[in-house]
Amino acid sequence: MSIDTETARKVAKLARIRVEDDALPALAQEFNAILGFIEQLNEVDVDGVEPMTSVTPQRLKRRDDVVTDGHQQDKVLANAPDAREGFFAVPKVVE
Amino acid sequence: MMTELTKLTIAAARDALRKGDVTSAELTQACLTAIDGADALNAFVHKTPEVAMAQAKSADDRGYADAPGLQGIPLGIKDLFCTKGVASQAASRILDGFRPEYESTVTSQLFDRGAVMLGKLNMDEFAMGSSNETSVYGDAVNPWRVDENLTPGGSSGGSAAAVAADLCLGATGTDTGGSIRQPAAFTGITGVKPTYGRVSRWGIVAFASSLDQAGPMTKDVRDAAIMLEAMCGHDPKDSTSADLAVPDFEAMLTGDIKGKTIGIPAEYRMDGMPDAIEKLWSEGAEMLRDAGAKIVDISLPHTKYALPAYYVIAPAEASSNLARYDGVRFGHRAKLEQGDGITEMYEKTRAEGFGPEVQRRVMVGTYVLSAGFYDAYYNRARKVRALIKQDFDTVFEDGVDAILTPATPSAAFPLGSMADTDPIQMYLNDVFTVTVNLAGLPGVAVPTGQDARGLPLGLQLIGRPWEEGDLLNVAYSLERAAGFVGKPAKWW
Repeated sequence: MSIDTETARKVAKLARIRVEDDALPALAQEFNAILGFIEQLNEVDVDGVEPMTSVTPQRLKRRDDVVTDGHQQDKVLANAPDAREGFFAVPKVVE
Repeated sequence: MMTELTKLTIAAARDALRKGDVTSAELTQACLTAIDGADALNAFVHKTPEVAMAQAKSADDRGYADAPGLQGIPLGIKDLFCTKGVASQAASRILDGFRPEYESTVTSQLFDRGAVMLGKLNMDEFAMGSSNETSVYGDAVNPWRVDENLTPGGSSGGSAAAVAADLCLGATGTDTGGSIRQPAAFTGITGVKPTYGRVSRWGIVAFASSLDQAGPMTKDVRDAAIMLEAMCGHDPKDSTSADLAVPDFEAMLTGDIKGKTIGIPAEYRMDGMPDAIEKLWSEGAEMLRDAGAKIVDISLPHTKYALPAYYVIAPAEASSNLARYDGVRFGHRAKLEQGDGITEMYEKTRAEGFGPEVQRRVMVGTYVLSAGFYDAYYNRARKVRALIKQDFDTVFEDGVDAILTPATPSAAFPLGSMADTDPIQMYLNDVFTVTVNLAGLPGVAVPTGQDARGLPLGLQLIGRPWEEGDLLNVAYSLERAAGFVGKPAKWW
């Protein structure tokens, strides 16, 4: 599997990271080096092996489905780059 | 006297505090002075002298009669831990200005036990790196130096440099693929990665949630035991945290390892391994044998595939975890042009806010999780991970109590020396440590020797799940036999 400039552009888009056009060929080359390294995994016989979902056999704890926290609007908004009238502010989303 | 105070171990300082020979205010002031004189190391990136002196005074006021072991002990905190009201930015530009409204569980537990925070410590951005060179704060520098500045390792490079240079008595670190153990080995200190689930991850900036664990970085094994106990414990706010009793790890340090079985894995003997590492390893095995342990050869056949599996799983989880940095709720937001919409805001913010290594890993993670490649990469890596864990399960079932390996493939290397190599060369630093994260096991790096240039080298011990106490006891025995007392000559 080899990644071309177009695939690199697509991946950057999916990751929501702006990459300038002139940086794409170098990025594709780096991806290829890393994926080449990862390709070693194809040597392993994984027939009948379940993909790991949890590294410890413990069952996740459950709790009652009730509200345990809240009423902290000022704290939630305290670190926002742009907060107005109790909301996070962002550029216009819908036309 | 003032500079000597910073050289104390946690255990020695605790005893001095209890006897009334010293106050926390004196200890803390000595550390703050040492920190101010060590800017060349770039270890402390946010100093918190006011917080520290207030905590020290409070500890002294309460007295030490029945105090917890950490009361009044000045520590450094890795920048990855959220600390209330104090900058916590994971060494990333994207969290510039972020001051959490809450305290991580680990730091809460440390402060509840009376520990003092001196400040926040340098690290690789989002803990992604093995040399502390991806930090927005610039490189942390190893106090051990030969002709030129060396890396303290990464990602917990600031923690390692600060402890090795006696700027603090101990520090917190986090370890996703070796980020506690590799820097500990590079700086001649002790570092513990606990069993996955031992220490709450709540309030620690997430990198790869199925691999991340916090742990102590200290001057010796006893201090690691003291600090680890304070960090461990069940936390309802982390659903993966284990509801198990935390033993008195320090009380388990008897130094008696007679009858223990120590495994030496054949697959960790890498091609081109430096002679110094080879020698260190066989000497370490001899020391444990002399202490009464049985040394056996073991096989962990899937070792070779650990790094490739890691470089699928860790970036995949990182790409999900780091999706939250979008310029909306916290941290940096890019300046927008007229007409820019929400997508431009995300893309510009993340391009400006993330450094090159973080961008690379987020995009690799995005790729391996994308439609059409999920099975080929992500699911395959998770299957290989299951086989890697099975390798360990098998040797433990066969009666092995702990596994001895080198901690790193080399001593600390010069800062900048890896700049022109491809990223894989840097990833190879974690070749001996990354298996432990994939299998969720506890591991400890212990300094046991020095190379021809006098740089510290460490060995790693890997233990059974939840058996940190036994593991630390083996490490204690190794530490005593090795008698490593090296300290970097002060040049900073």
